[in-house]
Amino acid sequence: MKNCIIFLLIILSQLANSQNCNSTFLGEVKDFHDGSPLYGATVHLKELNKYVSTDINGKFKFHNLCNRTITLTVSHIGCETKEKQITINGDTFDTINLEHHSEELDEVTIKGKSVTKKTTTAQETVLKQEIIETYSGASLGDALKEVSGVSSINTGNTIVKPVINGLHSSRVVIMTNGVRLQDQEWGIEHAPNIDINSAESISVIKGSGALAYSGDAIGGVIVLNPIRAIAKDSLFGKTIMSGQTNGRGGSISTSLTKTYNKGWFVSGQGSYKQFGDFEAPEYYLTNTGLNTKAFSFQGGYKQFEKGFDVFYSYIDNTMGILSAAHIGNTEDLINAINSSTPLISEGFSYDINNPKQEVTHHLIKTKFYKRFESLGKLNLQYDYQNNQRFEFDKRVGDDRNKPAVDLTLQTHSLGADFKFDANKERIFHIGGSFRYQDNFANPETGVRRLIPDYQKFDIGAFITSEWQFNDATIIDAGIRYDFNHIDAKKFYKESRWIERNYDTDFSDIIIEDIGTQLLVNPKFNYHNISASAGIKHELNKIASLAFGYNLANRAPNPSELFSDGLHHSAARIELGDLRIKQEQSHRLSGTFTYNKNAFSAITEVYYNLINDFVYIEPSGTEQTIRGAFPVWDYKQTDARLMGLDITLNYQLHQSWSLSNRSSYIKGDDTKNDRPLIDIPAFKTLTVLAFKKAKWKNLKSSLKSEWVTRQSRYPNNNFVEFIATTNTNELVDISTSTSAYHLLHFTSSITLNLNTTKKTPIEIGFNVNNLLNTSYRDYLNRFRYFADDLGRNMMLFIKINY
Amino acid sequence: MKILKNLALGLLFITLTACSNDDDTPIPVNEEEVITTLIATLSPQGGGTDVTLTTRDLDGDGPDIPQITISGPLVASTTYNGTITLSNETEQPAEDITAEVSEEADEHQFFFTSSIGSIVYADTDSNGSPVGLAFTLTTNTATTGNLTITLRHEPSKSASGVSDGDITNAGGSTDIQITFSGIIVQ
Repeated sequence: MKNCIIFLLIILSQLANSQNCNSTFLGEVKDFHDGSPLYGATVHLKELNKYVSTDINGKFKFHNLCNRTITLTVSHIGCETKEKQITINGDTFDTINLEHHSEELDEVTIKGKSVTKKTTTAQETVLKQEIIETYSGASLGDALKEVSGVSSINTGNTIVKPVINGLHSSRVVIMTNGVRLQDQEWGIEHAPNIDINSAESISVIKGSGALAYSGDAIGGVIVLNPIRAIAKDSLFGKTIMSGQTNGRGGSISTSLTKTYNKGWFVSGQGSYKQFGDFEAPEYYLTNTGLNTKAFSFQGGYKQFEKGFDVFYSYIDNTMGILSAAHIGNTEDLINAINSSTPLISEGFSYDINNPKQEVTHHLIKTKFYKRFESLGKLNLQYDYQNNQRFEFDKRVGDDRNKPAVDLTLQTHSLGADFKFDANKERIFHIGGSFRYQDNFANPETGVRRLIPDYQKFDIGAFITSEWQFNDATIIDAGIRYDFNHIDAKKFYKESRWIERNYDTDFSDIIIEDIGTQLLVNPKFNYHNISASAGIKHELNKIASLAFGYNLANRAPNPSELFSDGLHHSAARIELGDLRIKQEQSHRLSGTFTYNKNAFSAITEVYYNLINDFVYIEPSGTEQTIRGAFPVWDYKQTDARLMGLDITLNYQLHQSWSLSNRSSYIKGDDTKNDRPLIDIPAFKTLTVLAFKKAKWKNLKSSLKSEWVTRQSRYPNNNFVEFIATTNTNELVDISTSTSAYHLLHFTSSITLNLNTTKKTPIEIGFNVNNLLNTSYRDYLNRFRYFADDLGRNMMLFIKINY
Repeated sequence: MKILKNLALGLLFITLTACSNDDDTPIPVNEEEVITTLIATLSPQGGGTDVTLTTRDLDGDGPDIPQITISGPLVASTTYNGTITLSNETEQPAEDITAEVSEEADEHQFFFTSSIGSIVYADTDSNGSPVGLAFTLTTNTATTGNLTITLRHEPSKSASGVSDGDITNAGGSTDIQITFSGIIVQ
C-alpha cells in the first residue's frame, strides 16, 4: 500500500513539474530519543550520488533539485542507517530522526549473539541460546541450574521447579514473551508449563527488583525471550533432534521464522517429546514416562517507531508419577522410607498409567508499541491464559479413569507502560496492569476440591527510574503498588471448620449449611507495596560493584489459604489457613564483578529477611479409616536467608578453560530458632572445557557436580503406632540425603555440509552421571521412594537453515 | 470494592472475551469412593451369638477419628465364620463398597493381625489367590486382645508369604487400616 502511494507520488510529481530544477532541500538530522541535533552525519542523495555532512546544528542542504522524489541515506556513528524518501516541491524542509541508542536496537533487531540484560543493577544472569539448546529434551528447571544460586525442587525427575536462592513456587515469577505465567505455580508438584525450545534467551533476575514485571517475586524473576525478528528479508530456522538412553526416548523441535524488510514477520515453532520409564542405576523408575506436545505461532509488524505482534502458544504435558510414590497411609510411608529400593519396580514401559498428571496451557498475547519522538516508548498488551490441570490417581471401580483433580484456571491481563528514555541519563518507566482470574474446580471428580472455585482481581502500578550519575555510576530505583482481591466459594467439612476454630473467627462468611459441609465465601483484600533501589559502580575497566535493596510484599496464594484435603501421592493431609496474611521481604544484595584477561569472576551475596514467611511442614497425624496420615500445615514465621553465589571462569590456554559455579545458602526460622525446611545444600560445579575451531569446531567438557549433605534441617520426625506389627515406629521424614558427586561429559562438532548455503549441522554426544552413581537429593519429594536418575547417554543433532 | 469489581468486569467486556461460570454457587462434592464404614461380622460355626466389629468415620479424611464399636465378647476356642462389608455412609442411601472390592478382587486383599486367635482366608479371586472378604477366625483361650484389619489396593499377591496373609511383602497402598482393641475372649 505504502509502496503504491509512493509510486503514485513519484508519477504525479514527475507529471506536474518535470523541468523545474531550482528547489533547495534543507534537512535536519536529530536523535530520535532526545531530539538533539546530530553533527557529522553523512547524507547521501541517491539519485544524484551526492554526499554532504551535517553541520553542528545537524543541518544539511542540497541545491538545484528538480521537483521529484529523492532518496536520502543518512548514517551516523552509533546509529542505525536510515533511508528516507522525500518529495521535493519547491524549497522543502524535513527532519530525519536517527536511532542513537545501540542497546535499544537490540530490542528490534538481532545483533548477532549479543544478549541484553533486563535490569541495570540487579543480580541477573542470562542463559544464551547455545546453552538452552543443550537442554532441548529436558525441562526449564533443569536448564536454569546452569545459573549459580539456582537449584530445583523436584517431584521425581520430570516435575522440576526452579528454586532461586532457596525460594520457589509463588515466590518465583516466570515471564514468557512478556506474559506472567499463570499456571497454578503454587504447588511443588506443579511444573512450569513452558517449552524451553520456544526461548531464545533466558534471564534470571534474583530478588524482586524487576518491578516492571511484578512486585511479589521474593525469590526472583525468570524472563524467557522468544526468537526475535529482524527487519530484513530472510527465512531462517532450526531443527534439534535428540535421543537418549535413559527413558529410551527423545525430542524433536523445529522453528521457522520469515521476516520482511518492511518489518513484517511470522514465525512458528513446535516440539515433541516422548520418554518411557526412566532408570535409576539399579532399577527402573516405574511409571515415570513423559509426553510433551508444544507449539507456538507469532506474527506481527516490527519497526523502530511502531509495531505489534500476536502470539499464541500451546503445551500439553502428560507426566507419569512414580508408582512407588503412591502410598496409602503412614505405615506405607514408613515401609517406603525403610526400604532401600522402591516397593514397585517393574520392567521398562512407555505406558503412562495412573497416577499421572495431564496439563494443557494456552497462551494468547497481543502487544502494540509506539515510540514518540523525544519522549519514549508506549507499550500496550493484552493476554489470556487457560490452564487445565488433571491429576489422575489410582482409583477403583467406575472412577478408575476419572481425574481426582480437575482445575481450570483462566487469566486475563491488560497492561500498559511508557518508558521515557529521551534523556538516556535519566530514564523513567511507568506502567500499570489489571488482571482477572477465575479458577473452576470441577465437582465431577468425586473427590473433594483441594483448591476451591475462586475469582481474583489484581491491579498494579509502578514507576522505575534509571539515572546515569556519571560515566562510572548508575543508580536505579522504583516503587510499585499492587492490590489483590480474592473471592472464593469453598466447602468445608463441618468437623474441619470446627477443628480449625473457624467457627469463632469466620462465622460471618458461611452462606449455606448442607448438613455435613458448610459453603463459605471468603473475600480477602491485600495491599502490597514493593520498592527497589540499586547502584552500580565501575571501579575501573576490570572491576565493578553493585548494591541493591528490595522490598516486596506477597499476598498468600490459594493453596496457602484454602488447601484442604488428602494428597494421595504424598500420603499427607495438606491444610491451608484462612488467617494467613502477606509476607514481606527485605533483601539486601551485593555483587562484585571482575574481568581481566583470561580470568573473570562474579560474586553475589544476599541477605533476605522475610517477615511472616509462609511455609508448610508436618504438625502431627490424623486418624482415618485408612490409618494415620501426617498433617502438613501452612504456617507463618520469620525467616532469614543469606547466601553466596560464585561464578568463576579461567581461560587456561587457547583451547582449555576451567570454570566453577558454587552456591551456599543458610536459611533460618528466626522466630523458632531453627533451620528452615527445604533449603538447598552447598553445591559446587567445576567444568573443564576444551574448544578448537579448527577441529570442526570441537567442543568438549567434563563437569563435576558435588552436592554436600544438608546438615541444617528442622526435625519434624514423629513416632507412630504401627498396627500390623504392633510397634511404635519413628517416621523419619526430615533427615536429609547424603552428599553426592556426579560426573557429566559433553561434546559436539559442527559440520558445514554445504559451505555456500551456510547450513551448519551440529552433532553432540553427552553423558550425564557418567559413573552411574546412585544418589538421592534432599530437594526431591520422591527421595523417600527411589534413587535419582542413573547414567544417561544422549545424542543430538542440530540443523540451522 | 463494588466499583472496582464493576470496573474490572467492564474492562473484561471490552476485551471481548467470554469466560466463566462467575457467581454460580459451586456444587458440593459427595465423595464416591470414601469408605466410611467397615463391619466385620463373626458368626460362630454351629450357632450362637454373632459378634460385630464396626468402625465408622463419617467425616472421611476429616479430623474426626473413627468410632469403633465391638458388640460383645467372643467365646474361647471357637471357630467363627467372618464376613466383611464396606460402605460409604456419606451418601443417601449408603453406597455398598463391598461389591466394588469383590468385582476387583484380584487387586485387593485384606490382611489380619490378631492376638485373639488365628485367621484363615475363606475366599479366592479369579486367580485363586485369597481376598479376605470371607474368612474364619479360631479364637484362643480366654484373653483380651486386638484385631487389626488392613485392606491393600494393588498388593503383590504372588510375593512370598502374601497368600498366607503375611503383609510384609505385600506392597500396594493401604485403603483401610483399623485396629479393634480390647476384644474380650471368654
